[in-house]
Amino acid sequence: MSTLAQTIEQQTEVALQTNDLRVATTLGKEILHGVSFALKRGRMLALVGESGSGKTTAGLACLGYFRTGLEHTGGTVELNDGTDLLALSDAGRRRLRGGSISYVPQDPALSLNPAMRIGTQIMEVLRVHGYGVSEAARRDRLAGVLTDVGLPNDEAYQRRWPHELSGGQQQRVGIAMAFAFRPQVMVMDEPTTGLDVTTQALVLQTIHQLISTHAVAGLYITHDLAVVAEVADEVAVMLAGSVVEEGPCDRVLHDPQHAYTRKLLGAVPDLAGRRRIGEVAAVTGAVPIVDPNAEPVRAASVRRPAPNIVETSSLLSISDLRLSYGTTAILNGIDLELGRGESLMLLGESGSGKTTVARCIAGLNDGYTGSVSLAGKTLEPGTRQRSAEERHRIQYVFQSPLSSLNPRRAIGESIEVPLHMSGTYSRKQCRALVLEALDQVQLAASFIDRRPGQLSGGERQRAAIARALVNSPSVLVCDEVTSALDVSVQASIIDLLRTLQVETGMAMVFVTHNIALARHISQRVAVLHAGRIVDTGATDEVLENPQHSYTRELLTHIPSL
Amino acid sequence: MLGLILRRLSVSAVILLVVSMLVFAATLLLPGDPAQAILGQQATPARLEALRAQMNLNDPFAQRYLHWLGGLFVGNFGVSTASGGSVAALLGGRIVASLVLMAGAAAISIPVGIIVGTYSAVRRGKAGDHAATGISLVLAALPDFVIGIALVTLFSTTVFTLLPSVTMDPPGKHVWDYPSQLILPILTLVLVITPYIIRMMRTTMIEVLDSGYVEMARLKGVPERQVIWRHALPHAIAPVAQVVAIQLAWLAGGIVVVEFLFRYPGVGQALVDAVTNRDVQVVQALAMLIAAVYVVVNLLADIVGIVTNPKLRTGGTR
Amino acid sequence: MTTIDTHSEISTSVVETPPGLLRRIIRQRQAKIGLVLTGVVVLVAVVGPLLLPWLTGYTSTEFAGRPFQPDGLFGTDNLGRDILSRFLDGGRSLLLFAVLATALGMLLGTAAGMLAAYQGGLLDSIIMRGNDVLLALPQLVFALLAITVLGPQGWVVVLVIGVTHAPRIARVTRAAASAVITEDFIRASEMYAVPRWKILVKDVLPNITGPLMVELGLRLTYSIAAIASLSFLGLGMQPPNADWGLMINENRIALTLQPWGVILPVLAIAILTVGSNLVTDAVARASATVEESK
Repeated sequence: MSTLAQTIEQQTEVALQTNDLRVATTLGKEILHGVSFALKRGRMLALVGESGSGKTTAGLACLGYFRTGLEHTGGTVELNDGTDLLALSDAGRRRLRGGSISYVPQDPALSLNPAMRIGTQIMEVLRVHGYGVSEAARRDRLAGVLTDVGLPNDEAYQRRWPHELSGGQQQRVGIAMAFAFRPQVMVMDEPTTGLDVTTQALVLQTIHQLISTHAVAGLYITHDLAVVAEVADEVAVMLAGSVVEEGPCDRVLHDPQHAYTRKLLGAVPDLAGRRRIGEVAAVTGAVPIVDPNAEPVRAASVRRPAPNIVETSSLLSISDLRLSYGTTAILNGIDLELGRGESLMLLGESGSGKTTVARCIAGLNDGYTGSVSLAGKTLEPGTRQRSAEERHRIQYVFQSPLSSLNPRRAIGESIEVPLHMSGTYSRKQCRALVLEALDQVQLAASFIDRRPGQLSGGERQRAAIARALVNSPSVLVCDEVTSALDVSVQASIIDLLRTLQVETGMAMVFVTHNIALARHISQRVAVLHAGRIVDTGATDEVLENPQHSYTRELLTHIPSL
Repeated sequence: MLGLILRRLSVSAVILLVVSMLVFAATLLLPGDPAQAILGQQATPARLEALRAQMNLNDPFAQRYLHWLGGLFVGNFGVSTASGGSVAALLGGRIVASLVLMAGAAAISIPVGIIVGTYSAVRRGKAGDHAATGISLVLAALPDFVIGIALVTLFSTTVFTLLPSVTMDPPGKHVWDYPSQLILPILTLVLVITPYIIRMMRTTMIEVLDSGYVEMARLKGVPERQVIWRHALPHAIAPVAQVVAIQLAWLAGGIVVVEFLFRYPGVGQALVDAVTNRDVQVVQALAMLIAAVYVVVNLLADIVGIVTNPKLRTGGTR
Repeated sequence: MTTIDTHSEISTSVVETPPGLLRRIIRQRQAKIGLVLTGVVVLVAVVGPLLLPWLTGYTSTEFAGRPFQPDGLFGTDNLGRDILSRFLDGGRSLLLFAVLATALGMLLGTAAGMLAAYQGGLLDSIIMRGNDVLLALPQLVFALLAITVLGPQGWVVVLVIGVTHAPRIARVTRAAASAVITEDFIRASEMYAVPRWKILVKDVLPNITGPLMVELGLRLTYSIAAIASLSFLGLGMQPPNADWGLMINENRIALTLQPWGVILPVLAIAILTVGSNLVTDAVARASATVEESK
């Protein structure tokens, strides 16, 4: 037992405790190497780790549940009355699950039965565990727990299907299901990932209330350190199947002892921009990216045709951009300006239309009205109608590193595609340009023959960026390029993008929902809400003096360390 | 939801219509003179002309098509060149006989398929699963007449002389008056279609058992049997209904070979005879009949899929 | 730069056929069994005709004796011809037609399915409705209809079976291609204005080979069964040609007396189809495990 667990036991009642828990795959590879932590009533322990750290496996083990292909190989999970959960039979464990120990799933869209009304699904927990003496008592409880999580509790609402609820509402149904039987322990697996900031704040509030009011022991599994600061009393940090650091929240977050914890904290972008993520100096309003008169710093080994640049102050200009799908209006008149070498963050939550704007700029979406102009010249809506040179000058990087590269093609081949389409280079020249691009994104030359399946998420994203760079664009549109990556990988990609900007002098539109990145990547910010730009200006300006109520609300709800 | 169903209905109707045009086109391509084929070589030109007029052979194609199509609805399927009599009279009793086969086969294979498939999925990877999957694989590969011959060899000839291999009831009697002659044909059909139902059920159940909501139900402490009945099975119905429909529809065509093998007096045997004799009207009538069964059964499967999907019932996602 | 990159956060939403698929197939025991079974029968079918008449002393149409006598290795058939000779000669046309029909179906179906998935809109609707019409009749009935009109000739059989395969293959291709087309790398190629045909061939096709290979196997097995069935009905290969399906029909009246005339071709067809199905199933497993192992 670790010292932490010993001290705690003396102070607060321990509801559940794992001791030296070991889990391995059925083929023998160990996933958890002796994990120990304690959950105390009325307090929340956050289990933090990046993907592959084993945190979900540890969380599920607290319910005595192991996914297919995993098995328990050592250690115990002790409840407060001394029973070892893992020594119980299947039936014994099942009696406890949902009743004394419950689980809030990560993705309610996948975890709620789409063919069962939500009222029935919550009732199921009550019926299975035999709550109350009568059906009426159970119905009362159902209404009660719905109110507890902040949802309407009338008959009509209970009869709804899961797909009729929003993401946040679905998540709250998940919490209601877990809370219905007044459990002693609640394991929450990333319950707010995928929710927008305001909803996340509400859900966190609900959870906090439930835990403290009813003295539930909570385990909060997450990768988001900012959320941890808001909601947890104690923190345990996991890396590759072991707990590397644990302690009270304040201490771990502000005075981390372990190197990994420090690295992790260093990679989290903070809203105030006081800590620099990555190694290159942050590009903010104070530091201009490029001297408009200087030559871009690059060794050009291949002679390129000189682009026709018309000297205007604004490189990219968007005017009254509108787009609708049928009767739903996605974009309601967008106006944006982007100067040469400038970095603009396009901020918006899901449904705001930010990806649509990015696609319109790049010509991937041609159903818009209004105009997109490059260097003063209006562009055709679709890429096939644009000239080759116009296509070269605006490049786009997709969000998903998995989906943006053809899994059947070597990286080198994929990067070459834009060169083939410009048609002016020989094979040798193509190869040289590809190698140069790989070098720019700091991938070794050997990557040229590898396939995407052999690369990690971060490496794939770099390859995608290399493909965008190979034709030396003037504008790089990055669409949520780090949203699917772990925090530390995100930091390295942000670093890379800043470096590239300094080296090549290209302008950048960085589309994201994560406002905390603002001071780390952009000089100007444009806030997008329901298809309109509600706030725009220099980063500092917008963050300190937001003009629109939406921006103000967003800033208040951002969890911060 | 009703709107969706009506739309599927009208699509099916249109498809049948196009199929009828295709089937009728066969008449146009057939070499030779149907009137001659019916009356034989000895017929006088006057009689040929009279028959041609009666059969509307001199009318333009479009009119002949509509005439034929209209006839289908009232039960007038034309004249058989082989027997000289009406096609409808020829087919009446045979349709019933074939339906007996199809119903018998369906009644056995659907429940067996669903049960074995579910069992296989729940006991995934264990011996029972391997056995069921292996046998299904082999049966699914074999052509239907091979299975039929194997059964005949086993049960009718040298090994056991239990069951008749040929249907020999006198005309005028119903096929079910001699039930023992139904056994082998039905057994053959069952062995042909059950493997597909088993495989589809197994695949669907495995997918459902691996889903997030089944895992959630287990994590709520719901007993395993309830998990399977209330959470898993309902999601397996729609895809399985599709496969069952496809198999039933296949039965409509699959009886051809089986009836020929066992000389069973059904629609399939009639079809083979008609093709051998190039009796176009009979072939057309049977082709339309089988197509109608196919389309109707598939429509029913689609309706089941719509009704069991709450997203479609409430008019789509929010 | 020290970073923590992790391999494992990979969703299973990408449809792929990674390299090494072939190796993964071969490694399975049932694939080996299937290949051996299929190989043996194919060998007999292809080499068999070449061994006549010197191996058995008769050609496949020569009269060797009286009907259903146990002369020769396996006896004589319904017309007194040597069964072994007819058996050796009987597989070639079956295989040839089956392969041709399957190839035709794959070509038409794959092209139609990919185009429907990629273009969408009106072309998609037309192709899918056309499919539905063709699918409204069972394949065998369609074949019978065609044979009524055009006669039981080889090219008719190949054509009609190939055409009736096409909608089924098109359906599978369209479903598989649709999953790929929503991926961002297709959008990237479009962004670079890569010509449409090139996107289909270089980006879409290599990523749907898994399901396509499975379809190929299934269709081939079915072609063999269908063509043998047609011959069995007397509507495929015509006498006096030697054909396994035809042999079964010709000799089954004397099943108790002289079983070899039926048993030899039945065994051959059975082993061929089972072997082919085993290989197809191994392919299906191999391309499915890719998804699971992630």
